[in-house]
Amino acid sequence: MNAREAILGRIRQALGRGAISSMTQTSLESRMFAPPQHSRPHWPDDLRARFIAKLAANAAELTEVQHLAQVPAAVAAYVRLHKLSPRVAVAPALRAWPWPAEVLPDFGPAQRHHQVSVTPCFAAIAETGSLVLLSGPHSPTSLNFLPTHHLVVVQRSQLLSHLEDLWPLLRNRNAGMPRAVNLINGPSRTADIEQTLQLGAHGPCHVRVILCDTPAADDASAERP
Amino acid sequence: MTTGSDSFRTRTAAALKNAALQTALQRAHTGFVEKRRQAVSLLPEFEALRDEGAALCEHTLSYLDAYLQRYESQLRQQGGQVHWAETPEQACEIIIDLCRQAGARHIAKGKSMVSEEIGLNAALESAGFEVVETDLGEYILQLAKEPPSHIIAPAVHKTRAQIAELFKRFHTRYGIQGARTEISELVGEARQVLRERFLRAEVGITGANFLIAETGSSVLVTNEGNGDLSSSLPPVHIVVAGIDKVVPTLEDATALLRLLGRSATGQELTAYTTLHTGPRRAQDLDGPQQYHVVLVDNGRSTMLGNEFRPMLRCIRCGACLNHCAVYGAVGGHAYAAVYPGPMGAVLTPLMRDLREAGDLAHACTLNGRCASVCPVKIPLPDLLRSLRCHHYAAGLVPRRQRWILTAWVWLAQRPRLYQALTGLLSWSLAGLGGRQHRLRHLPAASGWTQARDLPAPQGGTFQQAWRRQQSCEERG
Repeated sequence: MNAREAILGRIRQALGRGAISSMTQTSLESRMFAPPQHSRPHWPDDLRARFIAKLAANAAELTEVQHLAQVPAAVAAYVRLHKLSPRVAVAPALRAWPWPAEVLPDFGPAQRHHQVSVTPCFAAIAETGSLVLLSGPHSPTSLNFLPTHHLVVVQRSQLLSHLEDLWPLLRNRNAGMPRAVNLINGPSRTADIEQTLQLGAHGPCHVRVILCDTPAADDASAERP
Repeated sequence: MTTGSDSFRTRTAAALKNAALQTALQRAHTGFVEKRRQAVSLLPEFEALRDEGAALCEHTLSYLDAYLQRYESQLRQQGGQVHWAETPEQACEIIIDLCRQAGARHIAKGKSMVSEEIGLNAALESAGFEVVETDLGEYILQLAKEPPSHIIAPAVHKTRAQIAELFKRFHTRYGIQGARTEISELVGEARQVLRERFLRAEVGITGANFLIAETGSSVLVTNEGNGDLSSSLPPVHIVVAGIDKVVPTLEDATALLRLLGRSATGQELTAYTTLHTGPRRAQDLDGPQQYHVVLVDNGRSTMLGNEFRPMLRCIRCGACLNHCAVYGAVGGHAYAAVYPGPMGAVLTPLMRDLREAGDLAHACTLNGRCASVCPVKIPLPDLLRSLRCHHYAAGLVPRRQRWILTAWVWLAQRPRLYQALTGLLSWSLAGLGGRQHRLRHLPAASGWTQARDLPAPQGGTFQQAWRRQQSCEERG
């Protein structure tokens, strides 16, 4: 008997039954398709205000712009201000944007020399201030973890209220679950030395959200995002 | 490692005298307890969530076989491979084989308690692999060749000066001569050293906080981002997880995540929460080519069928350690086990042997704080009491202790004699306590009076006080 059968057998023995019946199977399936809704936090503010407050609580930074077309200039200003290398790792999803000459975008995964990365996000969550990034050819995961500075473009229309609001969006994707779903709450951190919080452990030391209020569809000034 | 009665006692005595340890424990205790309190006070729904968390874990355990199979088939559809291990040895063998097949030499590891449980590092090293722990706390302990002393803050017992000394000893070979006085300098130095190790590794190994049956995903929470670098840079990602980690749906995982962060570090959500579902897709530009999950039993399926089943709800938050009077006084190493504190005192004897570790059940004052903070309402004091009974029934309690217990039972069954004796004892202790009402020394209880004074009884015995109160109430 292999380990799998032995373990499943012991579990059934412990539960005092054989393999589950098809009726039980059906009831488990129905629980899975209509899962119980557990308690969730409530707050008085609107989504945007909550999201911004939580970003600050997570030690994430914020730049607000009106139109997506302003994002490349905001990236350039960030690179200039912090005197960073102009070689910026950019998610291929943002290839079509009008990148100014002072930024040299590398479209693809992050390499060790990249100090800055720029990515879009799939959604953002007001409850926790989380940025949700999905792995895929348009947004390689290394961009989220290797560079010291991670700039994330969030559109107002991408804001979700609670974590639970994310799951239907993932279930309804044609491609199914991506390899990785990253929920990012501010920069990397550790309190492993004397319980003292220190930002920038292994991942980015700075996470900056570029929040854009005009929905892409209504935004005539935007190149295709 | 043995947790024999004498050695547990010796380790406890040593821990109480270790000034650096006591400072570190004091700091950690206040920090963790206060952070959790604040986070919980900001969520009025927290108590309701605890009930829901316990209920959903119980539901999952009732259909554990079905949910594990569902998880397995979902993950296979996404190109992941699932391996089952009954014992720590089997789990280590599977992982060693996978590393060999990958032609690996260097392995980057994220923090994983189940990997500590199965002794994975030692197994990998003796198989010739170079393993590096990438969680800062675990890395510090790997350098110090020490086991973790806390399940979420493994190096909580180390001071900054001790860590600086370790880094000086081990990092000089990389040409790093940091100042090493500030915490930021130490963190930066570890970042620099470990970055190279992430990039060099051919295999990344992480644990999982939850496995989601619905989607075949594993959930990993970290604050440092080391788990994500370990899982996304090397060509092979291996996840090692206990079979008790599975939950039905994304919604169920969400409820437990809300409980976990707040209970562990007082965070609503850790800096990184990642769902991994299989290897890189055909069009992906990065990510591992292989994704394996090793499901470990190691006694869990047996616990499912006995009175210790509630222990399988544990989400490894560490709140019971942080609120434990015994853990707070002696730290994790005194337990000489991978899992310390109340949850460890239950798990260790069940995973090892009552003979070897049953005495840990006595490392408890039964004050009940662990149960009152447990996010999934595990009745830890009941489980510990139950273990004490097993320990006693197996004849493992030392003869002197058995004799005292027998004498106590004899006395407690004779109320008149009991009252007379306790009255006499109370009277004489009150006399010895003098005007201060305190005893500095007490023969046969020097272990107690060494560290503090014993308050002398005042106003007679409990039963006398009770009678007085009852008659007052009758008159009033």
